[in-house]
Amino acid sequence: MIIAKTMGGVRRRLALPYWTLYFGIGIVIVWTALAVFAPIVAPYSPDNQILTATLQAPNSLHWLGTDNFGRDVLSRIIWGTRVDLLMGGLGVLFPFIIGTIIGTLAGYYGGWVDRILMRLLDITMSFPFFVLIIAIVAVLGAGLVSFFIAVALVGWVSYARLVRSQFLVLKKADFVTAARSLGFSNMRIMLRHILPNAILPAIVFSMSDAVIDILLGSSLSYLGLGVRPPTPEWGLMIAESQNFMGSAWWMSLFPGLAIVILALGFSLLADGVAQRLGVAVE
Amino acid sequence: MSTDKLLSVHNLCVELSTAQGRIRPVDDVSIDLRRGEVMGLVGESGSGKSLTCRALMGLLPGNVTSNVTAALEVDGEHIDISSTKALRRIRGREIAMIFQNPSSYLDPLMPVWRQIAEPLLSREGLGRGEARAQAVALMRKVGIPDPPNNARAYPHQLSGGMKQRVMIAAALACKPKVLIADEPTTALDVTVQMQILRLLLDLRKESGLSIILVTHDLAVVSMVCDSVNVMYCGRIVEHGERNDVLGTPAHPYTKALLSSEPSLLGEGEELKAISGQLPPLNKLPSGCRYRSRCEFVLERCADQDPELRAVHGAHLAACLRCEELAGRNEALA
Repeated sequence: MIIAKTMGGVRRRLALPYWTLYFGIGIVIVWTALAVFAPIVAPYSPDNQILTATLQAPNSLHWLGTDNFGRDVLSRIIWGTRVDLLMGGLGVLFPFIIGTIIGTLAGYYGGWVDRILMRLLDITMSFPFFVLIIAIVAVLGAGLVSFFIAVALVGWVSYARLVRSQFLVLKKADFVTAARSLGFSNMRIMLRHILPNAILPAIVFSMSDAVIDILLGSSLSYLGLGVRPPTPEWGLMIAESQNFMGSAWWMSLFPGLAIVILALGFSLLADGVAQRLGVAVE
Repeated sequence: MSTDKLLSVHNLCVELSTAQGRIRPVDDVSIDLRRGEVMGLVGESGSGKSLTCRALMGLLPGNVTSNVTAALEVDGEHIDISSTKALRRIRGREIAMIFQNPSSYLDPLMPVWRQIAEPLLSREGLGRGEARAQAVALMRKVGIPDPPNNARAYPHQLSGGMKQRVMIAAALACKPKVLIADEPTTALDVTVQMQILRLLLDLRKESGLSIILVTHDLAVVSMVCDSVNVMYCGRIVEHGERNDVLGTPAHPYTKALLSSEPSLLGEGEELKAISGQLPPLNKLPSGCRYRSRCEFVLERCADQDPELRAVHGAHLAACLRCEELAGRNEALA
C-alpha cells in the first residue's frame, strides 16, 4: 500500500523537475560550506574592531558595512553560520531521537505504555511551545546548552506523534504479521521491520523543524537568552543593531536576510524530499 | 509415505469477546498431520479456516481479546499454546506460514535477499555473508530466475508469483517441518497458481515438508492434497482421504460445495449456489449448524448436534445421515 502510494507519486511528478529539492540542497550546502570554511572565506576576523571605521555603509572594503564597534558585518554573518547551523542541526537531532524512541514504544506496545507516554505528551503540548522553551532556558540559565536541553524537552512531541501514528498503522500491516510468523523478537520487528517504514514523515518534518529551531535560537539570542555577545550569531546581531536601526540599516537587514535564506533552504529541502518520497506531513 | 504423526492439534477452540458477546469462531477443531502429508482445509469465507491456522501460530490480531485453548503437539513435543514464548520458539523453526497476498506480506523497504535471510540472521545467528549466500541458494531452490541479481531487488520490482516464491523461501529458511499455506494462490493468475502448487509439491518431495493448505478452491484440493478437512462455522464437518471426501462426500455441506463448482464443459448450465449464508456466530441454530441450509434436513437435526464419526475407516463426517449420504454417492457412481 505504502509502496503503491510512493510509486504513484513518483510517476506523477516525474514530469516536473525537482527544482525545490535541488534549490534547497544548494542553499543548505552553500551555508554549510561557509560555516566550515569561515576562517578562509571571511575577509576579517569577526571580533576585529576597527574603531576608525564604525557604522560604515556597505562599501568596497566592507561589502555589507560595519557595526557600531567597527566589526565587518559580512565576516560576522559568515562566522555566525556556525552557531546558527548548529542550532538547527542539534536542535533537531535530540528531539528527533527522543521523539522517535517514545513514539516507537507507544505505537508498538499500545496499552498502558501508550497511555502513560501520550499523557506525558499531552502535558508537554498543553503549554505554548515558545513560552515553555523560554521558561526552561530561564531556569537553566542563558546559553546554547540550555537551548538544546529546552528544545529536546519540548520538541520531541511532534516526532513522537508522527512516529506513533505510523506505528499504529504499520504494526497491523501484513508484512509485520509475516515477520511475526517467522518468530522474530519484538525488538527486531520494531527496529528492523517497522521503523524504516515509519520514519519517513519524521525525517521530512525534521527539515522544517530545523527552520523553526534556527528562528527560535535567533529569537532567544535576540531576547538575551541565547548566545552571549561577542559571539557572532544572527539573532544577536539584529538585537545589537536595534539602537542604530534608523542610521545603519545594514546592521539588521543583512543578518535578517541570512536567517531568511537559510530558513528558505531548509523549507525547500523539506518540500522537495516530501515530494520525492510522496510523504505528506500534516 | 510414513504414517507417523508430526503435528497434532486436539480440541482447538478460539473464543473472542466482541460487542455482541462471546463467540467461538473455531470450535473444537482437531487435526492430525502426518510427515510429508499435504492436508487441505476447505470452507467458505468466515468458516474459521484461516483463524485455525493463525491460532496455531499465535498470530491472532492483537485488538481483540481472545482465548485459545488446545492440546498441541509438534513432532512428539507438547507445546503450551497459551505461552507466547513457546509459540514464538516454534514459529519459523517448526511451523512456518505463507499468506494469501504476497504483495502486502513482504516488507516494502527491504531487499529480497534480506527478507529471506532475516530468519537466518535472527534465529540461526549466521553472519551477513553466509546468510546472503544461503538466501541466494534458497531463491534458486524456489525457482526464482537469476538469484544473484534478483537478490538486490525490492518487492515492488517483482511479479506476484515471484513475490510468493520469495515468501516461501523466507518461510523455509529455518527448515520448518510444517508449512501452513493460507490461500497461497488466491491472489495469483491461474497459470502462476499451478507453478506455485507444483513448487510446494516438489518441496514436499525433496525435504519431507508437511503442508496444511487452506483454500476454498476444490480444484486445488483435488490436485495436490492427500487428505481434506471441510470446515463449516468453526467446526470440521468432514475429514478423510482426498478421494473419499471428494468422491463420496458424506456431509451435505461438502456435497453442496462440490456441486457448486462450475464446470468448464457444462455449457449454459446455471451456477449452483448453496442457499442462505453462514449463520452469525452469536446466533447459531440449535442442533446441527448447517441445518438451515441443508437439503437433507430432518426434524431430529434440530435436537442433536452431530459429532464427527466414522463413515468408514478414516473417513469422518459430522452428520446424522452421513452413511446414507456417502452410500447414495456410491450408488450414483
